[in-house]
Amino acid sequence: MTTIRMNATQLWVHDQDEALRFYTEKVGLELKEDVTVAEMGNFRWLTVGAPGQDASIVLMAIPGAPMFDDATQGEIRALMGKGYAGTVFFSTDDCRARHAEMAALGVEFTQEPTETPYGIDCGFRDPSGNHLRMVEPPAGA
Amino acid sequence: MVAVPPERHLVRGRDLADRRYADPELTVAHMAAAAGLSRAHFTREFRRVFGETPRGYLLTRRMERAAALLRHTDHAVADICLEVGLRSVGSFTSTFTRHHGCSPTAYRAAAPPAQVYARIPACVVRVHGRPRHRTFGEDSADAPA
Repeated sequence: MTTIRMNATQLWVHDQDEALRFYTEKVGLELKEDVTVAEMGNFRWLTVGAPGQDASIVLMAIPGAPMFDDATQGEIRALMGKGYAGTVFFSTDDCRARHAEMAALGVEFTQEPTETPYGIDCGFRDPSGNHLRMVEPPAGA
Repeated sequence: MVAVPPERHLVRGRDLADRRYADPELTVAHMAAAAGLSRAHFTREFRRVFGETPRGYLLTRRMERAAALLRHTDHAVADICLEVGLRSVGSFTSTFTRHHGCSPTAYRAAAPPAQVYARIPACVVRVHGRPRHRTFGEDSADAPA
């Protein structure tokens, strides 16, 4: 049987440069691809991912035409601001230490590290308001 | 550079309620300050964008946590009242009963075993477990200013 793997997920951001700085300098991801295509109206394909992992996040700026009309663009931007435009879940081997490092860098946390049945879990936001989670699985899990 | 949508500021106020619900001193004024807005403007915009008042959101957040603690812990009802940022057990019990349709004790007795929830992320439990009452009176002893 053929195989299938997770490769990428996508988040809307209101500013790609700001998002790139956030995900590389504060979350600890690395830049995977940054390609600007002149013949597509300077469309910029920007992806980040965890070091050593294939899976990446595509940081999509909110585009106007031709992808969206103005009204749709406004709706997506509002959803993004409310934090309803998607969630990405990360894992770590030390949630409390990672939380302390990121909080010191000014990351906005929505939940401090909390013990749960599936590990130590916390929540934070990126500059666009996207909801991000980080969990430390229980030892042996 | 594109302007930040105004909702981004409102959600900071709501995040404060999510993060600091356990603090009995937390008020709508603090939520408004986190959003960088006056209290009146924050309340009006919050209601327009999220469909409920900031005070209502904070109270249902506390009721959601109380329900989760009843399901997942053996903490006494009086302790859970304090753990979710409320001060009066009588007021807590009546608010909980109005939101969840039964008393805290009855709710605990009816809840399935905790392991049923084990694989569901806490953020999902928080959102889906929040009582949905949009209009309710306030049990004034615990109502934040």
